[in-house]
Amino acid sequence: MTNSQIARAGSHTGTGSRFWRNKRDYLGVLPFLLLAGLFLIWPTINVVYGAFFSDEGKFSFDYVLNTIKDDAFKIPFIHSLQISVWSSLVGGLIGALFAWAISTGKPDGISRRFVLAAGGVLAQFGGVMLAFAFFATFGFNGFVTSLALKYSETNFLASPNWLYELFGLGVVYTFFQIPLMFIVFLPAVENLKPQWREASEGLGGSSKDYWFRIGFPVLFPSFLGGLLLLFVNSFSAYATAAALISQGTIIAPLSIGNALSSETGGASAPLAKTLSLYMVLVVVIVMALYTLLRKRVSKWEQ
Amino acid sequence: MSTSAYVQLVNLSKHFGKVRALDGLNLDIAQGELVALLGPSGCGKTTALRALAGLQDLDAGSILVDSKDITFVAPNKRNMGMVFQAYSLFPHMNARENVEYGLRMKAHRSSSSNRKKRAADLLELVGLSTHANHFPHQMSGGQQQRVALARALAIEPNVLLLDEPLSALDAKVRTQLREEIRRIQLEVGTTTLFVTHDQEEALGIADRVGVMRGGILEQIAAPAELYERPLTSFVAEFVGLTNPLPAKVSGGSAEVLGVQVPTVAGSITTGSGLALIRPEWFKVEASTSGNAKIFAVSFLGSTCRLTIDLADGARIRVQIPSAEASNLGIGSNVKVTLKSLPVFVKGV
Amino acid sequence: MKLGIPSRIFKVFIIGITTLYLAGPLYGMIDFSTKPLGNEGGRSLRAWKAIGEQEDLMSSISVSFAIAIIVMLLLFLLVVPTVIWVHLRLPKLRRPLELICLLPLAIPGIVIVVGIAPLYRWISIHITESPISLAGVYAMLILPFTYRSLSAALALVDISTLAEAARTLGASTMRTIFGIVMPTIRSGIMSGVVISLALVLGEFTISSLLSYDTLQVVIYLLGREDGKIAVAVSLAALLFVFGILFAIPTTKRQRAILDADIA
Repeated sequence: MTNSQIARAGSHTGTGSRFWRNKRDYLGVLPFLLLAGLFLIWPTINVVYGAFFSDEGKFSFDYVLNTIKDDAFKIPFIHSLQISVWSSLVGGLIGALFAWAISTGKPDGISRRFVLAAGGVLAQFGGVMLAFAFFATFGFNGFVTSLALKYSETNFLASPNWLYELFGLGVVYTFFQIPLMFIVFLPAVENLKPQWREASEGLGGSSKDYWFRIGFPVLFPSFLGGLLLLFVNSFSAYATAAALISQGTIIAPLSIGNALSSETGGASAPLAKTLSLYMVLVVVIVMALYTLLRKRVSKWEQ
Repeated sequence: MSTSAYVQLVNLSKHFGKVRALDGLNLDIAQGELVALLGPSGCGKTTALRALAGLQDLDAGSILVDSKDITFVAPNKRNMGMVFQAYSLFPHMNARENVEYGLRMKAHRSSSSNRKKRAADLLELVGLSTHANHFPHQMSGGQQQRVALARALAIEPNVLLLDEPLSALDAKVRTQLREEIRRIQLEVGTTTLFVTHDQEEALGIADRVGVMRGGILEQIAAPAELYERPLTSFVAEFVGLTNPLPAKVSGGSAEVLGVQVPTVAGSITTGSGLALIRPEWFKVEASTSGNAKIFAVSFLGSTCRLTIDLADGARIRVQIPSAEASNLGIGSNVKVTLKSLPVFVKGV
Repeated sequence: MKLGIPSRIFKVFIIGITTLYLAGPLYGMIDFSTKPLGNEGGRSLRAWKAIGEQEDLMSSISVSFAIAIIVMLLLFLLVVPTVIWVHLRLPKLRRPLELICLLPLAIPGIVIVVGIAPLYRWISIHITESPISLAGVYAMLILPFTYRSLSAALALVDISTLAEAARTLGASTMRTIFGIVMPTIRSGIMSGVVISLALVLGEFTISSLLSYDTLQVVIYLLGREDGKIAVAVSLAALLFVFGILFAIPTTKRQRAILDADIA
């Protein structure tokens, strides 16, 4: 407080009371609050609030309580959870190992910069463009498919149908999950001090001792954080699936999109809002679990 | 050199590209002795220590501890405790767990109750019994280094290796901790190699100090001998402050400021050169017809540091007991001569 | 750090496999976009040459860049000054502001569409049908990233002292914020710019469901007519973003995008 009072002292001469000074300070955040209120807070409230209404506009728990019982919506949700868990675990593990491998190289080389930039691009490389890249590789005219057809017709790669199923979508997701984990995890592995390994060796520890007693425990919180980010990232993803799978609602975001946009076929705002509410709940629960877990595993952090 | 040395570094060589970090280094350390390696950065002192720890492979040479050749023994089988410059504590373990770490390893494994007792004893030894449950980030730099020391000593190492353990601390803590390290080392009796670039530190606690340059030892001797009888101009100038003054040498003595003083071995034997004079080797007396004038006076407690301009324009730094400086002020004319101590004279 | 031989083999294996996997689809794009029309063999640059002839595409590119510019203006003129203002003057609001800024992390894009659809229906009826209005919601999507990089940058410099110094020298509040504090934390702001650009050029969910023709929506539609051109455009966009990221020095960028710690 004292800092800001001193900083303020110059601008106010005369008798302006502290009360009015404070009020004026709060006015400074008003434009931002208006924008955020309109484009962020109101839509959020609208979703949560709107889920508790019926199609006729009456207050009701119908949608919130019953939607999840309907297989048409339950199954995409389970799929969403499955694909998010698996793509985060696989992508997270590979991405973390890749980060470790890169961290053992030279820190300031041009190749490091190249890898980091490439990782940054690929981590954000979701959506339509990614779907096209996979069409171009594993689709009907993709080069992998052509190769497979030529050399081993029985290979599953020879018939691109797998790409349009849940499994294929998961594989596509790993394509941005791996670089994302690489990018968020690299600072953590770079932070492993060489002294720790040397101290461990000097005290009689083997390489295994070092990793299991020091390396992994120290990295675990960052790894967990990375996994959480990956989970939320794939759970929220809509564009990739929408571009890859043009029909059907195989995962939850597609159900929402469907409920929102198929205006002729009984689009229902409360339904879309209810599904949205479920999604937000999942994210919030996962984040809360993460916070709890992180507190438990890393009481040693500042 | 004695064959009974406990640690023997024989002819160690290591190149990094074109840089010769170690260039045939020989060093013996007796059992229970604390040897400090002193030198500017890049002189190879840290490489030598890391080679002894097994963290640095060598181009040539061998390392013996207790007459056993350990040159190719893996670092985790050498039984050496090491204290690093900083950040070496495992961040996810508290002080006690850090100290216990070595005792959980195969090489030193002991029962849980023994471990606990040993950790408690060592934390007591370094004066941190009350901090056993603190994590590294909750402790000051000095406390962290104490824990690191306790951790290194917990495994009862053959050799204790200290790699600039004080250089990341502030001045006051540094002095305090350095004395404590010496106390603990004497108490435990562990053979110790201490690497530092700070001569005060090295002279302050070591039995012998080795001054390194360019991958070899320039001189290794007890602190007082190193200070008073340097063998090379590098040692003379690197250890302690010196004032270079013109000198004429002949027949084992030199004439400096009109005074004849003996020269030490390693000096030039004839002709003119520069005598390297310690600040406390001067005698200063007030004299209106003196050969010098006082430029500045700085009172340091029991001693007093004078900056004096000589008649020939050279500016020297002199340290004398405060009692003798009471009548000397800025601008006073003084006569500067030398005590009759042997000096090092280098060629010009 | 020195690695043992098994570790070194493992490292090469990991890097090799991962690179191969990530490079596969990228090569696939090159391969596919250089195939000639129909099913003939050989190579052709037809798809790449045709990019310039796609009028929808060109207009969507200019639209997307226009949106990006507005998002950046909002960032510079509103978000950054507000964050600094709160840091300097209203420390009590720091936590609420952080919560607002991190909210989009917990709200998937598809959910925002559901909540915001009525607003955009109203905007298109009463104000404008132009996709430019998407800048409002896009500015919200980049809040978590900009806030993180900003607060990291602000934590590095003692802006209170800086502001005091400026004030005692007679600078006005506005001048202090825009002239002193913002230049000091420009690396944090720069990364915000990069992220805005990447986000606006890559956003599909919101614009497609609200039926606005942004770059990604047009690429998607193009893909249904002529996949080869669509793939060529995708690859070009990818290289463009890569070029931007590569041009910016590592450490500054790292602090911006790389943040494992969400909650």
